[in-house]
Amino acid sequence: MYQVGNLVKELSDKHGRTRESLMPILQGIVERHNYLTDEAMVEVAKELDISAAEVYGTASFYTFLDTSVRGRYVIRVCKTITCSMKGKGEVIQTLEDMLKIKVGETTSDRQFSLIETNCIGWCHKAPAILINEIPYTELTPEKVVEIIKGYMLKK
Amino acid sequence: MEKRGLNKVDLIFEKVDPKEVLTKAFTMKSDEIIQQILDSGLKGRGGAGFPTGLKWKYTAAVKEPEKYVVCNADEGEPGTFKDREMLDKVAYKVYGGMVIAGKAIGAKKGIVYLRGEYRYLIPQLLMELESFHKLIKAIGFDFKINYCLGSGAYICGEESALFESVEGGRGEPRNKPPYPTTSGVFNKPTSINNVETLVTAMMIIKHGPESYSQLGTKDSRGSKVFSISGDTPTPGIFELELGMSVHEFVNEFGDGDTKAVQVGGASGFCVPRKKFQSTVIGFEGVPTGGSMKLFNSSRSMYNVLHNYLDFFAEESCGQCTPCRVGCQQLLKGVEKVKKGEVKSTYLNELLKLADTMKVASKCGLGQSVGNAFRTIVENFREEIIY
Amino acid sequence: MINLNINNQRISVQPGTTVLEAARKLNINIPTLCNHPDLCVAGNCRVCVVEQTGARTLIAACAMPAAEGMDIHTNTLKVRNARKHIVELLLSEHRSDCTKCYKNQKCELQALANEFAFGDTIFLDLVEDHAYTIDRSSPSFTKDDSKCIHCQRCVRTCHELQHISAIAVANKGLHQKISSFHDRPMSHVVCTNCGQCVNRCPTGALVEKTYIDHVWDAIYDKDKHVVVQTAPAVRVALGEDLGYDPGERVTGKMVTALKQLGFDSILDTDFTADLTIMEEGTELLTRLKKALVDKDKNAAFPMFTSCSPGWIKFIEHKYPEFLHNLSTCKSPQQMFGALAKTFYAQKMKIDPSKIVSVSIMPCTAKKYEADRPEMRASGYKDIDYVLTTRELAVMIKQAGIDFRNLESSHYDSIMGDSTGAAVIFGATGGVMEAALRTAYEIVTGREVPFTNLNITPVRGMEGVKEATVKIEGCTDDWKFLEGAELKVAIAHGLVNANKIMKQVREGKSPYHFVEIMACPGGCIGGGGQPIPTSMDIRKKRMKAIYAEDEHMALRKSHENPDVIAIYKEFLGKPNSHVSHELLHTHYVERENY
Repeated sequence: MYQVGNLVKELSDKHGRTRESLMPILQGIVERHNYLTDEAMVEVAKELDISAAEVYGTASFYTFLDTSVRGRYVIRVCKTITCSMKGKGEVIQTLEDMLKIKVGETTSDRQFSLIETNCIGWCHKAPAILINEIPYTELTPEKVVEIIKGYMLKK
Repeated sequence: MEKRGLNKVDLIFEKVDPKEVLTKAFTMKSDEIIQQILDSGLKGRGGAGFPTGLKWKYTAAVKEPEKYVVCNADEGEPGTFKDREMLDKVAYKVYGGMVIAGKAIGAKKGIVYLRGEYRYLIPQLLMELESFHKLIKAIGFDFKINYCLGSGAYICGEESALFESVEGGRGEPRNKPPYPTTSGVFNKPTSINNVETLVTAMMIIKHGPESYSQLGTKDSRGSKVFSISGDTPTPGIFELELGMSVHEFVNEFGDGDTKAVQVGGASGFCVPRKKFQSTVIGFEGVPTGGSMKLFNSSRSMYNVLHNYLDFFAEESCGQCTPCRVGCQQLLKGVEKVKKGEVKSTYLNELLKLADTMKVASKCGLGQSVGNAFRTIVENFREEIIY
Repeated sequence: MINLNINNQRISVQPGTTVLEAARKLNINIPTLCNHPDLCVAGNCRVCVVEQTGARTLIAACAMPAAEGMDIHTNTLKVRNARKHIVELLLSEHRSDCTKCYKNQKCELQALANEFAFGDTIFLDLVEDHAYTIDRSSPSFTKDDSKCIHCQRCVRTCHELQHISAIAVANKGLHQKISSFHDRPMSHVVCTNCGQCVNRCPTGALVEKTYIDHVWDAIYDKDKHVVVQTAPAVRVALGEDLGYDPGERVTGKMVTALKQLGFDSILDTDFTADLTIMEEGTELLTRLKKALVDKDKNAAFPMFTSCSPGWIKFIEHKYPEFLHNLSTCKSPQQMFGALAKTFYAQKMKIDPSKIVSVSIMPCTAKKYEADRPEMRASGYKDIDYVLTTRELAVMIKQAGIDFRNLESSHYDSIMGDSTGAAVIFGATGGVMEAALRTAYEIVTGREVPFTNLNITPVRGMEGVKEATVKIEGCTDDWKFLEGAELKVAIAHGLVNANKIMKQVREGKSPYHFVEIMACPGGCIGGGGQPIPTSMDIRKKRMKAIYAEDEHMALRKSHENPDVIAIYKEFLGKPNSHVSHELLHTHYVERENY
């Protein structure tokens, strides 16, 4: 369930209701619910007394503030040059096979989303991914399988 | 050309007692601190290389009760990861540098803007910050540091875009002037410094400017932390004295088959093998925020260029014409040249476009897209075409 | 003073002057696109780049403050190359179907292309790579993203002038676009249809939805009786689209042109503006009586005017708890519409189903207003088509009319009479002034105590104006108002309306009666008025409106003979049962996104 009203109020109480609170509030919602629903953005707009289009405009600027459906575990595969050179393709292939989704999609049980992202700062340990905020590096298909299995068990 | 060779240094990650250094800084006057930083020759370690002492001096000169020290930890340049390492290993030195900067410019507030990709570090960083706050309070400083977290936007490493983001907006660079030293975050005078710059500043205060300025060359004083990746047997983080040639660098870190080194990340310059000897790593040659990527002869430089252009097309904030549209044109242009759908001479038009982007874009992002484009196209033209 | 050189000419300017402004003082033209005199500096299109000696990069003239000793060159090879590239880049992401475009020959990008980008195209077409939205959901305007050049004038307009931000910049990089809340249709967001963005869009990305062909069809339909009404602000601006300088009054020629276009009856919105004063003035006085005599706590103050459909939608979205403060009066356009298919139809013995009611408005929100479900009091759609001032100019050109050499003529009778009070509805403060001229006289039996009826405190371009009128010497019916001080305020531009509303929400509003117009300057600055617009142009139109007022024989609404007649023959008295049915309306609470 995505009951957003109270959460937005809580976050606004915590971070304040001025414009500079916008980012932490949106981040707080995403942390809890993986993405921003329209309802959530409208609530934030109300709390901060700014327009909903501005909330959306700001959110959509940032890669991690997703405004479309995301699963509980958002897998972001780095696609920048070193990861790309060092086996990103195999990582994606493995993830797609395991999760039975393509890049950009979310599993039907809303557990996993698979997306590509720009450099996450682990070039020396490429290829690398983030699952939510946790980095996993020096990946091989085998390691990927193990990691994802772990998350599947967390259900 | 002044050459220093390749020398490893241990300054940034050197263990120090923060209490000792900060107590020393506490007894110093604002202009003493600034003078030491000026004397050290330290230039900003984020990539742009503005003299840190001057930045502090300008910010100090503005008469305004509310000022800010901002630590730019939005380390987004492809190929750099050194700031993360510093925050992970020596966060107290980052904070220490901020307090010293605060003392120098007359600021009581500090903000660390950390890229969202490093969010996993936050619990640990906040814990260290808590004990750090206690330490400086005991010494007598009136200074408070807060964290702001990014959410995935390369452009927020541009200082004014970073301010916009801190203020809750889209990370779109501002018109300059005004510069941050007079009107930065919340339109207050702000000294914004890279993580490494702040750590270095603390080490300069500890060891004195003389010992630091003995390292490096006239244009590039001191040492620098390099993020080394790509086709190398030893990827990782290394602190090296400035002033070495690419050749010396490749001798140490290459895999024996290095054909090009991308110095300074996607926004930096591509140095081909034939220029390794003649190219110095530093402000007199190719400047870098620390990103060093090695490519061996198995790599297609078309793929490298395409990857960078794809990166810029997505990560441009999109507000100014040369950058928003220019990046798309460069990307589509090289694709069409590769596919043979346009003549290879179209690359010449694209080089001219890259020049326009360099002079007409609103901020450093658009202005530097042409660096990689020109150096890759000029040095590996045949790989782009065929 | 700051001294600088531009193209080797020396100039001294005040601190804070931009390089662009300094160059203009020297009559050196630097092209601009994202720059607009009503808006803050953006510096994002980069068309205005110039070379500063010693600088590493070119600089944006619009955003760079002049500095001592600057040496600027506006036409070097470097500048020309960059400018040409920038225009070419914009063209590459712009769907250039120019000959079919509504903005053909009125497009600022096209004008620049004409100067800098003729000949072979340099860059690849990017339009095909993007999935563009063309949003036709609003009855007032079309938003065509394939023609957007991302200058953000619309975004700044909606934010800075209107405090709505129905549109904002979304996404980044190649996906960056101007978007409503999560790409919702413009008809389903907080947009007020004011059209201020349309006024400032340099290309065809934002244009009014045009009904010109529908109107021609009606005119050519022998079976239809086509009546047209013209709003007060049209007559002082239409000329701008027909070759006149701003501020020219073309009332008589406009009437002749409308006759030549083939409308069956040329009538005046001024008539219902006068009627509005009677209805709204009475409503105000009744509310005051309720509050002061009956001590009725439900009498809502301040009472707000309701002529501006952009303002109505604003309050419906943003301050719905104050809808009962609005006057229930329909706008003059809609009063006219309701009467055209009832009173006028009866008088003229025409079957109302055969009447096509057209209005010429300075406004895009009026198109929306005409479509509101409440606006069918006659049993038909009261207003069939709303055309902007700009669309009328297009029709006049299409018909090949030599406007400049037209003779003047008068409006037709029945709903064609007007007063100076009605004319000034077109400028901010005008409704207030007209209301005061009449209400004061109703209550005291004397004219308002201002020289020549000109209530100057309510005039002018100040964002929020206020005035206090002390009521003395009341007639017997109005003794309860004796000595009362009527506090009024006027706001124009929704950013100013918002200031008033914030005050109201905080319970700090001291006013009894507030006039609000959605657009800067009031209707003279409406979203349907000729492009370009600027403070200077709006001031000229405003001056013309007051000149029109001064030239009228009658200058008080209650003296309008058509108004007197309609009460006698049809409505009875102000706020009568018939009035309420035809001339009053209600409002709806709307979502705030």
